[in-house]
Amino acid sequence: MSENAMFHAQTAQNPFNGGAPDQMVTTATPTELASIDYKNATFTGWRRENGRVGVRNLVVLLPLDDLSNAACEAVANNVKGTQALPHAYGRLQFGADLDLHFRTLIGIGSNPNVAAVVVIGIEDQWTNTVVEGIAKTGKPVVGFGIEGHGDIATIAKASYQAKRFVQWATELPRETCSISELWVSTKCGESDTTTGLSSCPTVGNMYDKLIPHGIYGVFGETSEITGAEHLCKERAASPEVAEKWYKIWKSYQDDVIEAHKTNDLSDSQPTKGNIVGGLTTIEEKALGNLEKIGRECKFIDALDAAEAPAKGPGLYYMDTSSAAAECVTLMAAAGYVIHTFPTGQGNVIGNPIVPVIKITGNPRTIRTMGEHIDVDVSGVLRRDMTIPQAGDALIDMIIRTANGRLTAAESLGHREFVMTKLYRSA
Amino acid sequence: MSAPHLLVHEKKDTVGVVVVEGLKAGTDMLCVITHDNSAFHLTSKMDVPIGHKVALVDIKAGDTIWKYGQDIGVAKADIAKGEHLHVHNAKTKRW
Repeated sequence: MSENAMFHAQTAQNPFNGGAPDQMVTTATPTELASIDYKNATFTGWRRENGRVGVRNLVVLLPLDDLSNAACEAVANNVKGTQALPHAYGRLQFGADLDLHFRTLIGIGSNPNVAAVVVIGIEDQWTNTVVEGIAKTGKPVVGFGIEGHGDIATIAKASYQAKRFVQWATELPRETCSISELWVSTKCGESDTTTGLSSCPTVGNMYDKLIPHGIYGVFGETSEITGAEHLCKERAASPEVAEKWYKIWKSYQDDVIEAHKTNDLSDSQPTKGNIVGGLTTIEEKALGNLEKIGRECKFIDALDAAEAPAKGPGLYYMDTSSAAAECVTLMAAAGYVIHTFPTGQGNVIGNPIVPVIKITGNPRTIRTMGEHIDVDVSGVLRRDMTIPQAGDALIDMIIRTANGRLTAAESLGHREFVMTKLYRSA
Repeated sequence: MSAPHLLVHEKKDTVGVVVVEGLKAGTDMLCVITHDNSAFHLTSKMDVPIGHKVALVDIKAGDTIWKYGQDIGVAKADIAKGEHLHVHNAKTKRW
């Protein structure tokens, strides 16, 4: 019996042996674990019209604005296999805030995890802006304006269209793709001191192994770099990128923190959950956070929120909030198809279009809320698992997820879709 | 090596992290520095929850606290070796 087969057999006999029961391997899992030869690992995904590869095959009902949520949700109820993405904004926004709104919606519709999109908006013009933006990918997209028709007629027309899309999408073939075609994002949440010791360096090790083989990576969380900005700046690939990054970080300090501060960041950074978990200062939190980018990778560009990377494969920085749902949504809008999420105290977040893989090293979190965890690296704290072994376990879970395994967040119905808003509407 | 009670990132650090649940005062803790896998022993002076920090040396009020080999803040009170170090006796220097 090969080593792998033994591993499967032991896990299958007692799924509760060794951490989160959700980590068990089923017979459907390829016997060759990806980490054995990760450079040549493959998965089966959906190649879209523009050449990008998705790991999910969704038909999305995308509201232009808050007013169109009800129609989108009604269509999702009529047509099974569709996903409505209700959100809170889209009216009377202007300037950079409106640009970000459009960039996010168009980016979400353009993400390769999405096969086809129905856009519904209160009026035609802005609805068409989103439709035309998504159509540049070549994927099927249709828009409906509610004004002049009302909800009921709009829902009926959109439902016929959504049904056609679902039946078309469900026959799309999957093809074998190289691991190098994956775009993998990261952001941590409900951090504690164990994230800096185990789950964040696990993600860092995955990036150190996979970035040189052509994947796209991204990290962000501008506020949570505060305290480690000197180290982050050193990880830029060139002085120009370092300067571009530093300007983003500094403008956050001046325009957001200084402009809106109450007493200090202590009421929000570290968060109350971080403090319960043992984190004392923002510096300590930031140093743990930065472990996610590994030891060797350099970031090759600093992106605006929801901006698609354009400098080829490699690690990118994105200017994002540290709030989990906002950050993951912005990274999804930039085209990332799998998210890796280290947590300490146990964050439960998911995303409607991107599978969010949770990693923890905290044995209490494994014990008390293991159903939310996909990769248990608590062995790192017991010193019976090394960081490279933990990185391999994450690579295996990334490939299993790309092959279709639902993450804990997906199976528990977590679909947090949160638009980032820069300032109040007109 | 048996499972450690406390992990320390770097040799330079003046704090370590409790990595077991239910640590009691008076425990002879096995401590490991993750950077080079070296080990030492330290007695905890208090019950400390998992994830929380313990001072590795006697720290005076005003002293810099080191973790990851980096400055993570300053002591607000004297903290004896083996005692719990957290928001009640330490803070950032930034604000």
